[in-house]
Amino acid sequence: MWAIQLFNGLSYSSILLLVALGLSITFGLMNVINMAHGEFLMIGAYMVYVTQHLFQQYAPAAWFDSYYIFALFVSFTVAFFLGMLLEMGLVKFLYRRPLDSLLATWGVGMMLQQAAKMIFGAPNVAVTSPSWLEGGLQLTSVVVLPYKRLFILALVIVCLLSLYIYLYRTAAGRSMRAVMQNRDMAGCLGISTRKVDRITFAIGSGIAGLAGSALALIGPIGSSLGTYYIVDAFMVVVLGGVGKLAGVVFGAVTIGVLNVFFESWLSASIAKVIVFVIVIAFLQWRPRGFVSLKTRALES
Amino acid sequence: MEFMEKWQEKRKKVWFHTVCFLFITMLLLAGCAEEGESQEADEEDGSQEDVIEVGILHSLSGTMAISEVSVKDAELMAINEINEAGGVLGKQIVPIIEDGASDWPTFSEKSRKLLEQDKVATVFGGWTSASRKAMLPVFEELNGLLWYPVQYEGLEASPNIFYTGATTNQQIVPSVAWLLENRGKKFFLLGSNYVFPITANNIIKAQLDSEGGELVGEEYTELGHTEYSTVIAKIKESKPDVIYNTLNGDSNVAFFKQLKDAGISADDITVLSVSVAEEEIRGIGAEYLEGHLVAWNYFQTTDTPENKEFVDHYKEAYGEDRVTADPIEAGYNAVHLWAKAVEKAGTTDVDKVREAAKGITFAAPEGTVTIDGDNQHLYKKVRIGEVTAEGQLNEIFSTEEAVKPDPYLSSYTWAEALTSP
Repeated sequence: MWAIQLFNGLSYSSILLLVALGLSITFGLMNVINMAHGEFLMIGAYMVYVTQHLFQQYAPAAWFDSYYIFALFVSFTVAFFLGMLLEMGLVKFLYRRPLDSLLATWGVGMMLQQAAKMIFGAPNVAVTSPSWLEGGLQLTSVVVLPYKRLFILALVIVCLLSLYIYLYRTAAGRSMRAVMQNRDMAGCLGISTRKVDRITFAIGSGIAGLAGSALALIGPIGSSLGTYYIVDAFMVVVLGGVGKLAGVVFGAVTIGVLNVFFESWLSASIAKVIVFVIVIAFLQWRPRGFVSLKTRALES
Repeated sequence: MEFMEKWQEKRKKVWFHTVCFLFITMLLLAGCAEEGESQEADEEDGSQEDVIEVGILHSLSGTMAISEVSVKDAELMAINEINEAGGVLGKQIVPIIEDGASDWPTFSEKSRKLLEQDKVATVFGGWTSASRKAMLPVFEELNGLLWYPVQYEGLEASPNIFYTGATTNQQIVPSVAWLLENRGKKFFLLGSNYVFPITANNIIKAQLDSEGGELVGEEYTELGHTEYSTVIAKIKESKPDVIYNTLNGDSNVAFFKQLKDAGISADDITVLSVSVAEEEIRGIGAEYLEGHLVAWNYFQTTDTPENKEFVDHYKEAYGEDRVTADPIEAGYNAVHLWAKAVEKAGTTDVDKVREAAKGITFAAPEGTVTIDGDNQHLYKKVRIGEVTAEGQLNEIFSTEEAVKPDPYLSSYTWAEALTSP
């Protein structure tokens, strides 16, 4: 029983982490309260549906099982460019005005939801998951680790590693961190802050799209998908503290494991309440979250 | 410096306007579908004398739009059928469509608007119990007439509402009895955390007590909950024979996907759902539901000549890929039953229509339905269906006769404690 609970906790954490990772960039690093984050998840999920549809129509049946790999790329790419578009068309005018960006991105989120309803219809759509993700690893007669959950766990680790390498081991990542820590100074040193903003926002959105394509495996695919995850995503980022990858990992694992623990001990509704209370109490003690970035900037 | 400030102020203004513009665009977009249809209605509206206006009040936006848009479509189709056959009392029926927007106060406001301002003869609408409870006081106060098309938790019989979906003794109670007889005694109850599942489960628990069933677990999750691994772990631990599922909305998708991934198929544990119909099956994927059960009064596959015609008409009107389902059929029936009652009464006056409606029958797609004069529910057949690989329902049980509605379960001794105030 303990093993399965631990696995469930980690699995839930990995889903939360994947959902929050993109937000930790757009909200955590860039300080944009991006309410349209959930809709990028939705776009990612719908892209799986679209890719599957195209494979069914145009590709040989033998290739069908590989559609999901393509779908991951499609989801990331589409969300990446839509994110870039959103940054160029709207968000760039709203930096340093968090309340305005909250309202504006919320409006964009609602427009995207309505657009999805118009394109794909109001009811949910279904995808067939590839056969290599069916079933699970049978450990004992009751303990089964579903392949989809293991896959999501692996996907999160890959995302985290790539993001870590990008942020801390490449020149582009270095300038990104510089801009986020001290925009004026970075600008003085010849970094094009506009370009960095654009790419950063696009990467955050792209990861959200990738997360959406993972959610398509285990949850509903419909226009309101984003609204189910947006609160959890913000909670993870706020609890973890903004600006560091370690923070968001801490936030996701804490909330995921606590949730599963209380849920198996009590019930699902009560567990959510208790976890909320714990998060609030924790933020009283450490208002800036678990890990807070030390900068030389004067703000706050 | 001054220049900078002015410039910034100007920029602020421009952006304020842009944001305003975005919001307005958004509102317009949301209202688009609805507006198109009410315009259509306005055009047809010649002189007030030779038409009868009726209200249609469903959520056309928001989270419930997923389900309610199809019911609205079926109601419009029924109105068209009646109009093509000459209308009621020789007059054409003109629908006035309002959007409840998945928001319960909006349902109450729009009901008032339809009754006071538009003075409609009757209203077809609602889906969730919360929306019905929001509309009920308005209809009672203004003596309006509401036709409510969805199965619900019972314990209600307003003189101003006709209930064309099932009450508990036409869906939940007989399906529990069937499960006890055919699938096993150990029940796990899983539902969304609101009035319908909680009331339904209280009824089921009383029934299990009296009929020798055993309750091994009971769980509620919030609407929109998508993480079921812990609930599934509890199910595995408690080893039920049957999961009685009263989850609503998108949670069903997550639950069934994750149940299959955890290695539980219909052969291991039967799940019987009361809020999953053909349309929801399409959104979940038949592969996840194959072999599981649902309880309703109507399936798209129900074998009656009326149903063949109904399904053909519906697909012709709204597209070959659409499916029909129980609440869709109940909405369609409501319009026809109302028209028959008006014909019999010779007027659209609410009191006279209510009187005339007693005992009215209609050859519905599900088989003949009759309005019970005592409580304004319908006599309906109860059916249990198994999900096939194609996402359709295969009837495996049906009552011989249409069952008399008993919203207060007064004919069941074990239900006394539930229904006495």
